[in-house]
Amino acid sequence: MSLLELKNVSKIYGSLHALDHVSLKVEKGEWLAIMGPSGSGKSTMMNIIGALDKATEGEILLDGVDIAKKNAKALTDIRRDKIGLIFQQFHLVSYLTAVENVMLAQYYHSVPDEKEALEALDRVGLADRAHHYPSQLSGGEQQRVCVARALINYPEIILADEPTGNLDEANEEIVVELFRKLHMDGTTLVVVTHNPEVAEVAQRTIVLRNGRVDHETINENFTGKIKHITLQ
Amino acid sequence: MKKRKMYIRMITASLLRRRSRMIIALLAISIGAMILSGLVTIYYDVPRQMGAQFRSYGANMILVSEGDAITQQQVDETRQQIPADKLVGIAAYRYQTVRINDRPVMAAAADMEQVRKTSPFWLVDGEWPANEGEIMVGKNLAEIYNLKVGKRTTCTFAPESETEAENGETEEVVPDNWIDFTVTGILDTGGKEEDYAYMLLSDMEKLTGIPTEYDVCELSVSGSSQELSAIADRIADNVEGIQARLVKRVTESEDTVLSKLQSLVLLVTVVVLALTMICVATTMTAVVAERRKEIGLRKALGASNGSIIAEFMGEGVVLGAFGGLLGSLLGFLFAQAVSRNVFNSSITLMPWLVPVTILASVLVTGIACLIPIRSATQVDPALVLKGE
Repeated sequence: MSLLELKNVSKIYGSLHALDHVSLKVEKGEWLAIMGPSGSGKSTMMNIIGALDKATEGEILLDGVDIAKKNAKALTDIRRDKIGLIFQQFHLVSYLTAVENVMLAQYYHSVPDEKEALEALDRVGLADRAHHYPSQLSGGEQQRVCVARALINYPEIILADEPTGNLDEANEEIVVELFRKLHMDGTTLVVVTHNPEVAEVAQRTIVLRNGRVDHETINENFTGKIKHITLQ
Repeated sequence: MKKRKMYIRMITASLLRRRSRMIIALLAISIGAMILSGLVTIYYDVPRQMGAQFRSYGANMILVSEGDAITQQQVDETRQQIPADKLVGIAAYRYQTVRINDRPVMAAAADMEQVRKTSPFWLVDGEWPANEGEIMVGKNLAEIYNLKVGKRTTCTFAPESETEAENGETEEVVPDNWIDFTVTGILDTGGKEEDYAYMLLSDMEKLTGIPTEYDVCELSVSGSSQELSAIADRIADNVEGIQARLVKRVTESEDTVLSKLQSLVLLVTVVVLALTMICVATTMTAVVAERRKEIGLRKALGASNGSIIAEFMGEGVVLGAFGGLLGSLLGFLFAQAVSRNVFNSSITLMPWLVPVTILASVLVTGIACLIPIRSATQVDPALVLKGE
């Protein structure tokens, strides 16, 4: 059984079909990249998979449970228990320190545990920045805090929406390396990106166009390591 | 870290982070609480303060004898029926027709110290009679007989009416009693008191040769009309031969003014609390608008609406509690200033008012937070996290 399965999922805003009968399977432990031009439906798909939005029609099976039929409260529970979210704009709480931001996810999930949160920050290489506020951290460091926050509750799946969109090349590499480690640990990753270099490191890439899956690529030489393309 | 500790940390950090906005909200709550605390203090203190003011308008209770006259013993027994802190003054008068310049004049004798207490509105040009041989005359009397402060005049007592009544014929009676008085003061009241001459009881006794008994006794007592009625009933029950009657004109006007003043205080309090609520609601609405992304993030992380409500309500409660505490202290100072400026007296702190003010502030802030919190629960994380 796939960890995540979308069956004929559509999202319609008035006359606009943001997603048009999309079907997709993500296996447990898989690293999937979703690409596509602006307006192709990438973020809509992320919101629906991440239980932040509801599909107009279709089935979304997460761990065998159809989340498309769930109400807002049940979707909140699913986000809390099964999903780790990473955003392009980081979205850290500005008045909480790095470790407190990680503990925030624990707070809503179960009980805040500072030791565990510090260990999560250590995994992303930020043990020494744990008590810094977001404004005292670089963009790359902030995104690494987000990764620590996403993985703190051991979610079934981590969804990253343009995780390197606001990062320079060096930090992009650090974040992708973190994803590789998470993948090696068996975490299921779905990463939406504009960046072909980030997409290429995933096991599989699907390309969306006009709300439909345009094509799919399997990375035969999957290493999880980024290869920068130098433009002539 | 315990969940509660994290909750407190989040609330305090959030409040401290938005210091300027929160100071505005805190100020609004403090001012509201200050007015509430101050006006409630005044509300409870006004009857005492105004009562003291009303006492300057004269007696509000009169003793009437069921027999011919009121005795000193009855006056003393009456005094015992009234709590000492309520009794402003008790002035018993004896009236007698005497003659000045061979013309009949109504003279009143009383304990002048007590008269000063029951009739503080009397204006005296000169001095009140304090020693034997001193007399105070009403303004009209002074004009008729050309009496001035320091001038001497002779007062004679002639029981003509008794002679007429007994014999049934008019007969010239030579006065056998007379006293030379020095006018110490001219009395100006704007009322019938200006037609009288006032002397000490001992002088009256000496002049008439009749032992002291009183025709009327005026009392000035602090208290509401209900309290006064209770005191009047107690006097009637416990002092034989005496009926106590309230001067309704005075007691009712006291009640009317007090109830209107208290209604005004309540109205102002309600208006101020409503304004505080609007100010806090506006500030909290701005805070929620400012924090839409953060709320969206919290929801994305799995925060339930209950958690969002608890967090914002927690901030409101902290603001309300601090504002209430600050306001109750400022309110005491406010009430003290009002009392000193308006009533020329100070007030005492009512300790129970501090927790009541804090509770009221928390309640008002909580109500003010309801609409902003409702809009916080309606934040769509998918929309706000995309920056729309």
